Amino acid sequence: MIKRNLPYALLVLVLLAAGIGQILHRHWVFDVPLLPGESQSIWSVEAKLEFTAHGEPVRVRLATPDSQPGFMVLRDSGASPGYGLNFIQGEHSAAEWTKRSAEGRQVLFYRVDLLESDAHDLMTEKAPPIMQASWPEPYASAVAQVVKEAYSTSADHFSLTRELLKAFEAEPKAQHVQLLVSQYHDKLPGLLVNMLNMAGVPARVVYGLRLQDGRRQQLLEPYIRVWQGQSSQVFDVPLQQRNPALFDPDAPLLLWEQRGDPVIDVTGADNSQLRFSMIRKEESAFASVANRLSDQHELLNFSIHSLPVEEQAMFKTILLIPIGALVVCLLRVLVGIKTSGTFMPVLIALAFIQTSLITGLVGFLVVVATGLVIRSYLSRLNLLLVARISAVIITVIAIIGLFSVAAYKFGLTEGLKITFFPMIILSWTIERMSILWEEEGPREVVKQGGGSLLTAVLAFWAMNNPLIQHLTFNFIGVQLVVLALVLILGTYTGYRLLELRRFVDMETR
Amino acid sequence: MALLNWWQPLRKMLIAPAVLGRNGVLGMNARNRLYISRYNNRAFYPLVDNKLKTKRLAEQFDIPVPELIDVIESQHQVADLQRYLQLLNSFVIKPSKGSGGKGILVLQGRDGDHWIKSSGALVSLQEIQRHVSNILAGLYSLGGTPDVAIIEHCIQFDQSLVGFSHEGVPDIRVIVCRGYPVMAMTRLATHSSDGKANLHQGAVGVGISLLTGKAIFGVMQGQRVKIHPDTGEDLARLQIPHWQTVLELAARCYDVTGLGYLGTDVVIDAERGPMLLELNARPGLAIQMANGQGLLPRLRKIDQLSHAEIRKPVAERVRLSQQWFAD
Repeated sequence: MIKRNLPYALLVLVLLAAGIGQILHRHWVFDVPLLPGESQSIWSVEAKLEFTAHGEPVRVRLATPDSQPGFMVLRDSGASPGYGLNFIQGEHSAAEWTKRSAEGRQVLFYRVDLLESDAHDLMTEKAPPIMQASWPEPYASAVAQVVKEAYSTSADHFSLTRELLKAFEAEPKAQHVQLLVSQYHDKLPGLLVNMLNMAGVPARVVYGLRLQDGRRQQLLEPYIRVWQGQSSQVFDVPLQQRNPALFDPDAPLLLWEQRGDPVIDVTGADNSQLRFSMIRKEESAFASVANRLSDQHELLNFSIHSLPVEEQAMFKTILLIPIGALVVCLLRVLVGIKTSGTFMPVLIALAFIQTSLITGLVGFLVVVATGLVIRSYLSRLNLLLVARISAVIITVIAIIGLFSVAAYKFGLTEGLKITFFPMIILSWTIERMSILWEEEGPREVVKQGGGSLLTAVLAFWAMNNPLIQHLTFNFIGVQLVVLALVLILGTYTGYRLLELRRFVDMETR
Repeated sequence: MALLNWWQPLRKMLIAPAVLGRNGVLGMNARNRLYISRYNNRAFYPLVDNKLKTKRLAEQFDIPVPELIDVIESQHQVADLQRYLQLLNSFVIKPSKGSGGKGILVLQGRDGDHWIKSSGALVSLQEIQRHVSNILAGLYSLGGTPDVAIIEHCIQFDQSLVGFSHEGVPDIRVIVCRGYPVMAMTRLATHSSDGKANLHQGAVGVGISLLTGKAIFGVMQGQRVKIHPDTGEDLARLQIPHWQTVLELAARCYDVTGLGYLGTDVVIDAERGPMLLELNARPGLAIQMANGQGLLPRLRKIDQLSHAEIRKPVAERVRLSQQWFAD
């Protein structure tokens, strides 16, 4: 037996102590709950504003969100080296960056933390004046007809809006609606506002975001705010270009700008581009208020949360990988499951998180099975190894493309999620399985393939568990504890569960 | 009572870890951590993972090995394969870095333009060329790295072993720990193992007594067997010829490679006697089933040996092993 060596035991103990210490510190001092759901969710939304400056004075004004139904603004901040930054409070809240002279590509960040809460209403705002727009024929008469039909089947401003939107959403569309859609496709929000004005309904285009955890590179989308007297409501605009695999219509809507003012106003530069990242985290309401009062703990509160939201969103996934690796360790060292490729199941599990389990399993089996059939033909061509694997990679991409298109044509938007699979890994899996089939027969393929899938599903369950996601993201100490567990597993020299079966006859000597 | 009900069928399927421990069975985790990573220096692995290196090393130290005919190193030699093979009637083609017996092609005779496999099937020159091309591409090598193909003389195995193996050469696996043989078995090819001597492919494993070279008993697919399933030969009559030489040859491999936990595969040629076929730095655990005995008690005995005892001459080490591990 190897002597219990002291440095190793110390290392494990230090890791455990540091990990558990960090967890408790964050729990007690910062009041981060250990269980999800004990607290309100906080959304961090980050706007990344890019533009090209040409050595002239630059003034950038970005409208900032106000509290509204669903969200309360907790705190906001901006990051922008070399720029003067002013937050303009009050009626038209905004962040304003200024610089005497800037040159080249510039990047400005604005970040706002929002508490999920229903305590606030939309900002009261007087209804905008009615503007009468005019259209050329034949569009004018088409507009008049759509408005007339919607007007006759509605009772008030809000129901009129719903009727109008229904006409645009209906499938198949009436002929005059189709005519308008084809002409004003890009300007649909403006057209709808003008049509509402025509019927005497005050309305405006406002901009908002659907908040989905971990999304990056998002754009603002137009919505329509409609007034009736003092009250107002927000409506979704139909026929927007959206990726159906990524878009969740039930996600909470944050109106970035509620009044119809411009969202950004850049002078002295051009080529401006505004993109958003967002992430959800758990904090107790008390801690968020405390944070809002003072940010001086930032140094002590050393955590992923001090990174820009875009990077945080990436880390949310990255921090789950050690959990997957721990599952693989447990299954291989304690159970003795055979997998094809040691950590391939973790990557498959990551893909499952994106695709959801059933879609992922079906997609994986379809791609690998089709790949095996094609690979069996390739093996008859007697190709060199590298060329053969390259051919398999290209084939896998073709299969994925084909299934995406086919699924989309049949209206199965779930099928589009197949693109989340790591294609190079899939190709190696197919290659290995195929060699295994030739050398050891289909039984071994089923054994190792089944082992890989079982491991992937268990890793998926662990990584998709809300409690584990909450812990890994909010407590960095969990990583140290996982590392300590892996180190302990690495010294386990006892029997594996499957060996108890393998050596079952050893008893009867 | 309900608890007992589900436990009963489980007892037939699984063995209690305590019972395995009492029998001294070595598990995969213990093998990897306590023996392979402790006694086998990574730097020496290429000596055993590359059969060409093993062969050259063995020749330097006068350890008999099957005679090398040629080495095919590049694809353009594959086109010329006819020239290499035209005078040969029986030979073996194997990948230099293959593992687990993969990619070994044994040709025992000739029929016009074709060669005859041990199973009797005919093999054309094109098929051999394709096989060699696959070997060079790394199909059978560890990690898929490019490889070379070895062509060597086919073993004519000893008369006393005829009847114990079906369509294949029986080989003898001796586990050597720090230069001391600790356990041995012979692997007999069967029809269902397609002439291959791998236990998980259906070959029969027969535990061999270190003291006498006689069979203990056989296992096939985890079941105990008394006779060879294809030839009907009584396994109890199996006696490995030149047993003392086999053990000494195996023990010497430690001095040559420096690997402290080694699986040595030996074959017995009718004319030249025991020859080293290949070495394995990660020998499997199935040998324990063929012997009906765990490796751990024997390995622990070796663990406790002093450096002076490790440096004893080969014959002395073999004698001590036979004395300690006689049963």
